[in-house]
Amino acid sequence: MSAHDHGHHGADDPSHPHNAPLSEVQLRVKALESLLTAKGLVDPAALDELIDTYETRIGPRNGARVVARAWVDPEFKRRLLEDATEVLAEMGFVGRQGEDIVVLENTPKVHNLVVCTLCSCYPWPVLGLPPVWYKSAPYRSRAVIDPRGVLREFGVEVADDVEVRVWDSTAELRYLVLPERPAGTEGMTEEALAALVTRDAMIGTARVAPPARATATEAAR
Amino acid sequence: MNGVHDLGGMHGFGRVVPEPDEPVFHAEWERRAFALTLAMGAWGRWNLDMTRFAREQMPPVDYLAATYYERWLWGVERQLVDHGFLAREEADRCRTGVAAGAVGSPREPEPRALRAASVARFLRNRRAARRDDPVPPRFRVGDRVVARNIHPAGHTRLPRYVRGRRGAIDRDHGVFVFPDTNALGQGEKPQHVYSVRFPARELWGPDASARDAVYVDLWDDHLEHA
Repeated sequence: MSAHDHGHHGADDPSHPHNAPLSEVQLRVKALESLLTAKGLVDPAALDELIDTYETRIGPRNGARVVARAWVDPEFKRRLLEDATEVLAEMGFVGRQGEDIVVLENTPKVHNLVVCTLCSCYPWPVLGLPPVWYKSAPYRSRAVIDPRGVLREFGVEVADDVEVRVWDSTAELRYLVLPERPAGTEGMTEEALAALVTRDAMIGTARVAPPARATATEAAR
Repeated sequence: MNGVHDLGGMHGFGRVVPEPDEPVFHAEWERRAFALTLAMGAWGRWNLDMTRFAREQMPPVDYLAATYYERWLWGVERQLVDHGFLAREEADRCRTGVAAGAVGSPREPEPRALRAASVARFLRNRRAARRDDPVPPRFRVGDRVVARNIHPAGHTRLPRYVRGRRGAIDRDHGVFVFPDTNALGQGEKPQHVYSVRFPARELWGPDASARDAVYVDLWDDHLEHA
């Protein structure tokens, strides 16, 4: 057994309280890790580091910083839409499942929506690991045939005169949506703007909501 | 392969159900299955296309019933056996969970195993499937194209819902490895990848929006001039 078994089915996993019997899949993964560790093929400390990276360091806050900067800096936005990979590299957002990134701009006339119908490709360096719904059969099957219906379920109505563009991530290009900047955010700092940007807005299943008045006033100070 | 993983356009799976305040992982085993898959991938014995193909070969009934990381686990178990890291009997024992605690104590990882200090460098690798080969593009932006009506039994990134459909080249992304051969160990066959714009009505008929479109990234070998 690895040294990492201790305390792992804890408070974050309410379906398996401490001392409850391990599920079949838990046992299976534990067995595999033990065997690979005993063979010297994996270093459990490297597994911990991989997990920690995606739980605490790489996530949608990265993408939100990109969006906020694009909202306040027209030259940055121009370069971002032209060659996102290079611009993101300057911000340190590079690597696995984001080797080549394309940014898609939402406008009053175009709404972009990203999916991967064949697996669950997703721009990890800027959004982290994908949520369960993005990887689910309902989203993967319906985003391409009924994007407006899917968007409606997310509370997003797209007017008939707006074009919906669905991007199926079938190659190694990864797509990030640049949502529209909401009204009422004039004068807000880049940091305050970034706090408004949600993961779903950068997939295309949400719009960025305008800030509550108090927040905007506070942020403008 | 015409597998159940190729979900685009299917009906019957119901509503999309987002989870409020969703955690990155839902259980400890998901964390370990995720990390084990990446750490074993770091050995470089297989490529990402092979990994996707391995998961696609999960029996269809199991695939649809499985969660995302259960598919990862199934895939990595298969690859560990296929590439000789584990004997079939060892993998079978792991699947029943009995190997835990019965395999001796952990030992010092082999020199080629991914170490904690190398994880950041491993994840920040900026080159994956893009290639510098001077392969000329078969198509130009604006060209009218038709996706080939082919049904390879192996791996392909050409989804069923665009086969035989007409579209236009929207962007040329440059030269990339071709997954359809790379997944089978038949070489990288570098070629251009394009975003191809398919009008929604071309894919789904007259009930679809006249305005909307689906953009699919396809390789030279998936396309013909229309």
